[in-house]
Order: sequence, then C-alpha cells, then structure tokens
Amino acid sequence: MNVLVCVKRVAMVGARIVLTLDAKEVDVRQLGFTMSPHEECAVEEAVRIVERDGGVVTVLTLGPPEASEQLRDAASIGATQLVHLVTDAREWDPVATADAIVESIRSHEAQSGTFDLILFGNEAADTGDYQVGVRVAHALARPSVNGIKNLEIREKSIRARREFRGGDELYDLTLPCVVAVKEGINLPRYPSLPGRMRAKKMAIEATSVEWREGLLRLEKLRVPVEPSERAEILGNGADAVPALIALFEQWGVLA
Amino acid sequence: MSITPRAGVLCFVEQDDDGVVDASLRALTFARSLAESSDAALSAAVIGETSSTLLEILSSFGVSDAYQVSLHGLAAYAPLGWARALVELVKSTGVNALVAAGSDRGNEVMANVGASMGLPMVANCLSASWSDASSVRLSRQRWAGSLIEEAVLEGVPALLSVASDGVVASPAKDPTPTTSHEFRLDVNETDSSVHVAEWIGRGGGVALADARVVVGGGRGVGSEDGFAALDELALLLGAAVGVSRAVTSAGWRPHAQQVGQTGTRISAELYLACGISGATQHLAGCRSAKHVVTINTDADAPFLSRADYAIVGDLSVVIPALVLAIEARKSAH
Repeated sequence: MNVLVCVKRVAMVGARIVLTLDAKEVDVRQLGFTMSPHEECAVEEAVRIVERDGGVVTVLTLGPPEASEQLRDAASIGATQLVHLVTDAREWDPVATADAIVESIRSHEAQSGTFDLILFGNEAADTGDYQVGVRVAHALARPSVNGIKNLEIREKSIRARREFRGGDELYDLTLPCVVAVKEGINLPRYPSLPGRMRAKKMAIEATSVEWREGLLRLEKLRVPVEPSERAEILGNGADAVPALIALFEQWGVLA
Repeated sequence: MSITPRAGVLCFVEQDDDGVVDASLRALTFARSLAESSDAALSAAVIGETSSTLLEILSSFGVSDAYQVSLHGLAAYAPLGWARALVELVKSTGVNALVAAGSDRGNEVMANVGASMGLPMVANCLSASWSDASSVRLSRQRWAGSLIEEAVLEGVPALLSVASDGVVASPAKDPTPTTSHEFRLDVNETDSSVHVAEWIGRGGGVALADARVVVGGGRGVGSEDGFAALDELALLLGAAVGVSRAVTSAGWRPHAQQVGQTGTRISAELYLACGISGATQHLAGCRSAKHVVTINTDADAPFLSRADYAIVGDLSVVIPALVLAIEARKSAH
C-alpha cells in the first residue's frame, strides 16, 4: 500500500485562548505546537497498515517552515517520505489548501505511482473546516468518506466504519480513495528514541507555495463569553456531600 | 441600511423515525434568521419520503416550501448523490444560501456541494445575516467553540453548516403554510459510489451523547482501577461515564467514553466532573450541559470557572461518601 497522510500543525492552546492585539490571530508566543489530534491517529493508522501489508507512508503538510517539526514527529513513528508545502505565516483557507495538496499529489503520482489511500484528519483542531479531504477527493475523482473510526483494508477496497445514532455505519470504498479519520480509530504510539534519531536526519522535500485569498474574509476573533463567575464551593471533602445531594434532588437527577 | 430582498434560503433537513433530528431543528432556526434578514422565504429539502409529522414540524419552523427529494435507485445515505440533489435544487430554485446541520452527514454533504460547485463552505456557523446583495456577515466556531470567528463571506450561493452546540432551536412565532413539492433525481454511478452498506446497532449502557446524567473522570482518578468507584456511582445515578482525553491517552478507558473536542459532545442535565482540570479540549465537549459540578483537589483548577458548584477534596474520600449517601436516600424511600 502506498499511503499518503495529510497533517496540520496547530497550537496547543491552554484553558483560555489569548488573542493578539488586533484580534485577528491566536497569540501563540507562549504556546507549543502539535499535530492536530485526528491526524496523529491518521499517521498511526497508515504506519500500522504498512507494517502489516508493506508499502510506503508519505506524510504531507502545508504550513510555515516550523511545520517541519510535525513531519519529523510523523517520521519518528514510522513515516518514511516527508513532503512540506511551505507557506508564510498567513492562514490558508480550505479551498486553497486543497488545491495546493492536489497539485502536489498529482506531481508525486506522476513520478512514483498512485497513492492507494489518502488519509486526512476529520477536521483541524483550530479552524475546523471539515472539507479539505472531500475537496481533494473531488479534484482527483476518487471516492471519499469522513468521520471514520475503523478501517479494514481488503483486496481492492476498504471497509470503513462511522458512528451513527448509537451504532455504526459501514461504507465500502474502492481503492484508490480518500478517508478522513477521527481520534479513537487507534491509540497512537509514543515515538521510540531510535525513531526520533532517525526522524532528525530524514530528508524533507520542501516546496514553497503561493498564498491565495479566499472568499471568506476574517474580520476578528473573539473568545466567547462563558459563565465567568467561579463555581460556588459546596465545601471540603465528605462534609460537602449533603449539600450536593440537596442539589441533586432539586435538579431531579436522583432516579 | 436597506437590503435587497433575497431569492431565499434552502435548509437541508435530516430526518429520523421521530421526525426531524435536533441538529436540523437548530439549522432551520439559523436558516430562518438568515432568511428574515432580507425578508426572504425559507424552504427545506428532505431526502426520502416525508411524513405529515415532518411537514407539521417544518411548518412550525417557518418553512414555506418543502422539497421532498426522491433519489431513484438509491435507498441509503450516499454523500455524492445527496450533494448532487442539493446542487440541482439550489440551481432550479435559485436560492442564495444553502444551510445544513453541522453533523457528520451535514458537513460531509455540504463539503461535497462546495467542492462540486467550486464554492467555499463555511462550517459550524452560529449566526448569519445578509450584509448586501452578495455577502453574508457571519460568526462561526473555531477550536470547537472555544473561539469565535467573525467574518464576511463573499459570493452566492452561500454554503453554511450550523454548529451543533451554539444555536438554540426555536419554532417561528407563527406557523407558515408549507407547500410540498416532489423533486426527482435519477442517480448515476458516481452518485452511489459511496453509500452506507450496512448499519450495526451497539447495545448496552447509556449512550454518552444522550445521557441525562454524566459522571466524568479525569487524570485525578489516578488509575484504571480508580474508575471502579465512578462506575458504581454512575450505576446508582443511571448515568453514563465520560472521561477526559488524558484518560483515553493513558489507555485507562476506551475513546468512545471521551468527552471533548475530539470526543463526544454531551448535553446532560447534570455533569459531575471528577478529577478533571478543565482543558479547552474537554470544556468544548460539555458546553451544553445544564448543571455542572466538579470535584477537585485543586481549588484553582480551570474547571472551577466553568462549573456551577465545586467540592474541594480527594475523590477517594468524596465518591464513597456520595455513594453511601445516595444509597441511604434510596433505601429511605
């Protein structure tokens, strides 16, 4: 299996998000970065498939120069080909992101053959657009499905499982295809020390890509007004239990 | 500022055995407010057969035209087929906006519509109104609702999905007479290339998303074994157990129990969060809970500014005391 995984670098925000003065961006000066959670699972899934059936795991990211860290994270658990579409600091919309990814996929496939399976995370943790995978699938005229929490590789197809109303829906997609997965499909491994060392030295194929303005124009960001008063303290330890029982009765939650 | 009357707003409505799914009621409420911002009509698209109950619901939400879409040759959900039906409907009705619930299906169908029409799709919107003839001023969720983006979308038709936990469903002041229309589409091979082949039910236990009471456990529970006391408490309360991401990452509990941005969003009457610090990722999953109580050793944990009530103390002391008190109350009744 020739598997491609597309990942995004996102900030690790704390309990309360802090914005820049112009309120156009999240203030990331104090923050660390990571791969968006669904995508960590997508990388793990690809590595497991290739460990079992053989093949190559290629990981692609579109992002600033620092996003090479996320490519190396993917390499440290088993990805062997790293592709970086390098942007400046500006945010890319899902339409432009998908276009740039499609262009890169086409040029890679022209050289080294079709990706049997292209994995995405269901949605990025930060912008939550829910559509880059679908757009890529459309452009390549391949079947796609979102929200997948179980993937079974068959001869020329995959069987994918998605939660729906207290059960699971099953989808059969012929290869090559595009699948967006959700956290929970697996528990990603921790990178080993040799894995980390190997990842450090791995070559990254980097290409600069040109930013394009989208049709959705950001005016400002704001942190929603959440109930900000502190919780009323009912008491310390077991002494607080009677007060809690009284509340339960008031709310009618004691069966 | 005067706004040119619009051609209308079409809302894609998902149905179930009881009528309209809750997420679609929120989408209808959102779509009606967008339509009202330019005195335009609200219409709805439903895939498959409609019942009289469903039409009554649409009427009460202010829908003037209901399009009952029959996909000839396609019985199950198929994202490409459903998306093409909506694209054809948008073209033939000339609406200037298409709205859907921000559900798995809603977002997927809308992404397919956007891709095939070459238009942007804006996911998880909270509010929208026309600012002029061809642009919509909107707000939408980022970081699963921990951050709000205010933006202007240029171009029509506007393709919008509605956040699942940011809009309250409410019927129109007065019901609108709803005219029902048939809309047929002959399905081609591409339309049906991806479809639900089978649905498998999962029995047992209280479903987390629908649970009336959720007992939550975080890193503060300490270990896999530490959950025994929470399980006992949940059983007594008829509650579902929900956990934080730290717990599933440690392998103490399955991911199906995770509450949060990348897990399940709960809408419980009571969320009793035990030993959970309150990271953004987790809080995004319990924003719709009505009453929130936290039990925490740390009186400065971020969760205390989200919860209504808190008990400061050790779980190994408070949980058994709570279990005893509930049992005592039960045997007294």
